[in-house]
Amino acid sequence: MAEINKLDYKGVWIVAEQRRGILHKVSFELLGKGREIADALKCELAAVLLGYNIENLAMELIKYGADKVYLIDHPDLKDFNDEIYSSAIADLANMYKPEIMWTGATAIGRAFFPRVAIKLNAGLTADCTGFEIDLNERNLFQIRPAFGGNLMAKIITPERRPQMSTARYKVFKALQKDESRKGEIIKPQIMIDSSKARAKMLEFIEEVETTVNITEADIIVSGGRGLGCPENFKMIRELAEVLGGAVGASRAAVDSGWIPYSHQVGQTGKTVSPKVYIACGISGAIQHLAGMQSSDIIIAINKDKEAPIFSVASFGIVGDVCEIVPALTERIKKG
Amino acid sequence: MNIVVCVKQVPDTTNIKVDPETGTLKRETAGTTINPFDLYAIEEALRTKEKLGGKVTAITMGPPMAKEILKMAIGMGVDDAILLSDKKLAGSDTWATAYALSMAIKKIGFDIVFFGKQAIDGDTAQVGPSTSEFLDVPSITWVKKIREINEKEVIVERMMEDGVDVVKSTIPVVLTVVKEINEPRLESLKGKMRAKKYEIPIWGINDIQADENKVGLKNSPTRVAKSWTPERHFGKVEIMDGADTNEKVEKLYMKIKQLGIIK
Repeated sequence: MAEINKLDYKGVWIVAEQRRGILHKVSFELLGKGREIADALKCELAAVLLGYNIENLAMELIKYGADKVYLIDHPDLKDFNDEIYSSAIADLANMYKPEIMWTGATAIGRAFFPRVAIKLNAGLTADCTGFEIDLNERNLFQIRPAFGGNLMAKIITPERRPQMSTARYKVFKALQKDESRKGEIIKPQIMIDSSKARAKMLEFIEEVETTVNITEADIIVSGGRGLGCPENFKMIRELAEVLGGAVGASRAAVDSGWIPYSHQVGQTGKTVSPKVYIACGISGAIQHLAGMQSSDIIIAINKDKEAPIFSVASFGIVGDVCEIVPALTERIKKG
Repeated sequence: MNIVVCVKQVPDTTNIKVDPETGTLKRETAGTTINPFDLYAIEEALRTKEKLGGKVTAITMGPPMAKEILKMAIGMGVDDAILLSDKKLAGSDTWATAYALSMAIKKIGFDIVFFGKQAIDGDTAQVGPSTSEFLDVPSITWVKKIREINEKEVIVERMMEDGVDVVKSTIPVVLTVVKEINEPRLESLKGKMRAKKYEIPIWGINDIQADENKVGLKNSPTRVAKSWTPERHFGKVEIMDGADTNEKVEKLYMKIKQLGIIK
């Protein structure tokens, strides 16, 4: 691999994510962290925004901390497309040479950033939960969990640029929105050629079962095998409802067919980090803990006081989940 | 159809124990196993072959002991298996791994390549889409259902945070699958017999014409600077005690109220 001159690369870029005209909040969170890193490096913080009829969103990114926004507004960018999006971002990065480039570790970010990294011969670190900068070498320390959160690693990209990472949602703090903040919107000339794309989106089907998406929720109430039968999941839904939270589940509950897979939290399901996670009748297998242990407050309700779930919990009740959950719901309703 | 399925050997977390003193994982207690997501990839590869005909080849990159999971894949019914193993590949990151795998897959020849969503040790989910870029074919990640497939194109449902994207792609294509896609079969007796006799070919970097300056630890773009076991909350749980359910619930209620979880 030919050596590159690292000093040719300047600036921190956040590749924003929007779906159907709505910005994903991870974009604001990354602008918050990016602001800190850009200020330390004394360079610009830019956001990159791709889509169609989304010019109004560009100002939002400035209000959350971006100095400038590279906006590509094109009909062929209306829906997310792995090939078109990765080509556009790679072309843009080749043109402007950012030093650091992040996007959210969402379904979209994790799908297309790997393709961009290959096109750019750049290193990519997945699902980061921390960033630090070494000002001497201008190397980014990318901190991430591996092995289901049981191992932490600090990753560097010593020779290649840009230093690319996807970063976990709900970990970094967005700045307060500053309505008076000014910035520049740049519309680079990038060829968008959808005829080259071999895959294409046909339609989007919204999931109707969930009222609240578990990766978005601030409160999650999860049920496990300790509930005993699928009917008892009703108690979980009711508690979630009075708390304004979403319903999660352990793998055991999903594999028993009590609730759809999209609710599964854990190693083979979704990783969540809500403010409050209430585990009901979940023993806490390592695979489950991997998906929820970064939650701010964990409350465990389980009849077995030795259950591993208590090892990560802040608060707990030892007892029959089928008695405690409805009693708690009633108590909250009573106020 | 030339169907390739990429698999990985990982530590077996179902047998792993937690150290009661520190709350950390006792990694030495874990054996190895096939990455759980890869079982769904193998199953989908086999179903695709049952529908369209052709051949399924399983490939893994790893040390010689990774043969074990290829034997398992043969036991489940794949036709061929290849172990990509070379000292020069050791320490490859996702970029370098994807490069090496893509060279091997080109040599095998492919119409569809299946991967599991991610491996449970690295948790990156990067090798599948990165490989597709090296192969210069489309990739669809997190596939939960193949709706239609023929020799020329495939329509799949892809799991997103808020629902499902229905995506159509030409073939060749790389698909990474989530566990909802199927129920993996067990190894059959006949398959196990075949696996026992099957001599797994071992390919090195010369066999796949890979550039040795693009693989291994020192040619990987990323490097692990440090790794450590995170501190756990272990043993700090506050248990809400009480004579009966109502007392316990009352204590928890007061606690969550105090924390501002409920108004």
